[in-house]
Amino acid sequence: MKGMSVIVKTISSWVKVLIILFGIYIVLFGHLTPGGGFAGGVVLASSYVLLMLAFGREFVLKNLPLSLDSKLDCVGGILFIAIAILGVVFGGVFFKNCFIEYGQKFNLISAGTIPLSNIVIGLKVGASLYLVIFLLSAFRRDDSDEQSVFRSPEEIHDRAMKDEKESN
Amino acid sequence: MIVVFYILLLFMLIAAIIAVETKNLLSAVICVGAIGFGGSLIFLFLRAPDIAITQIVVEVLGLIILIRATIARDLTSISGDREFFGTVVSIVIIFLIFMAGFKVLDSLHDFGTPVYAKTEKAASQTYIEKGLEDTGATNIVSSIILDYRAYDTLGEATVLFTAVIGATVLLRKKSRKSPEVLE
Amino acid sequence: MPYAICFLLFMVGLYCAVVKKNMVKIVIGIMVMEYAVNLFLIMLGYRFGGVAPILSRSDVNNETGQIMQSFIDNSVDPLPQALVLTSIVISLGSLALLISICVRIYEKYGTFDITEIRRLKG
Repeated sequence: MKGMSVIVKTISSWVKVLIILFGIYIVLFGHLTPGGGFAGGVVLASSYVLLMLAFGREFVLKNLPLSLDSKLDCVGGILFIAIAILGVVFGGVFFKNCFIEYGQKFNLISAGTIPLSNIVIGLKVGASLYLVIFLLSAFRRDDSDEQSVFRSPEEIHDRAMKDEKESN
Repeated sequence: MIVVFYILLLFMLIAAIIAVETKNLLSAVICVGAIGFGGSLIFLFLRAPDIAITQIVVEVLGLIILIRATIARDLTSISGDREFFGTVVSIVIIFLIFMAGFKVLDSLHDFGTPVYAKTEKAASQTYIEKGLEDTGATNIVSSIILDYRAYDTLGEATVLFTAVIGATVLLRKKSRKSPEVLE
Repeated sequence: MPYAICFLLFMVGLYCAVVKKNMVKIVIGIMVMEYAVNLFLIMLGYRFGGVAPILSRSDVNNETGQIMQSFIDNSVDPLPQALVLTSIVISLGSLALLISICVRIYEKYGTFDITEIRRLKG
């Protein structure tokens, strides 16, 4: 699977920058404007899904290998608990919102640990959703490699002919 | 303005009925997309921009997942219901739940007057009044999910992690050969 | 009246999940039920002529830092919104899990029809 046509590839290579930028904006400004870690993480995941649909899986695997992706997922979860323990260290209570006195209200640097939590949650949600969608799409490709028990010989032949035609 | 709201609600209901009753699975999936985008517009009408953004993005990814499952598979249109007796019993039970639910609807507050507005010292009242002071975040929803009720978010992260692990285990390649084949 | 329509939406989803025998249709029914419940929770917090629970500079008194009474009287309920926000993302994760189960069963038995999967009984 080599991806879609040239038009789709060109457009998506322009649009991917905007989508990633929008996702980062939503994550960073989650404590001031609508949005937050959940929405921003899903936007980031959808940018990689767009690349996967347009350029094929090998291109995305070169950019973001699955091992790195699952590590990002785990790191997101661990950092969220680390932020909670930060509250124990500085405030005495689990999930205490410390550092609240830094920055002014209505500014980007404000609200203590809430922007940090937003970033971590965005990382975690984006990485895990991208992982699931990649696995679901990769599963179908392997489907044609092995002979299923329920497939008749004619079907296998047809499938092989189709594969040959596509490879030409 | 309220008319638009009712039109969107009816649109969602009709899309749901079509999604349930159509024979072709791809049409059903597209109707699910219609329900989701209509719901996103309704959330915007109900003054919930956070939910609207999240819903519209989640809907796109959910549609990709559903289409992945249905496209290029034979036997996508299976018509008919389950056995006759089971269907009748299910419909009777659904009807009973329906009647009970309509009894409950009478005891709810009217649409447009939230419960917390009539209650003294409700939790939501505190969040609105003290949210900026306590957390410094101007988005009150964000201050609730990441400060007041952060345990909720921790549980959500755990559930998402577990779901992803379950899907990964189900979709891995090694277990695709059954033990008889390996021998 | 809006609650009643929302409840009808839930019943449509329940009917689909209970009666249909196509696996993907059952997943669709579960999704419709999720939409209905999310919508119902958000509707409970709506207030006629309300504003979104997001503060702007004009809602805060510059000298004392107090929030204006007009915002407190007009804001919609933020608590159901916070609960639904987590629920939507969880529903996407559970949808992926359900679909992966469906794909697995299709690969094993070659059909989406749950009445033909007799070998599940052992």
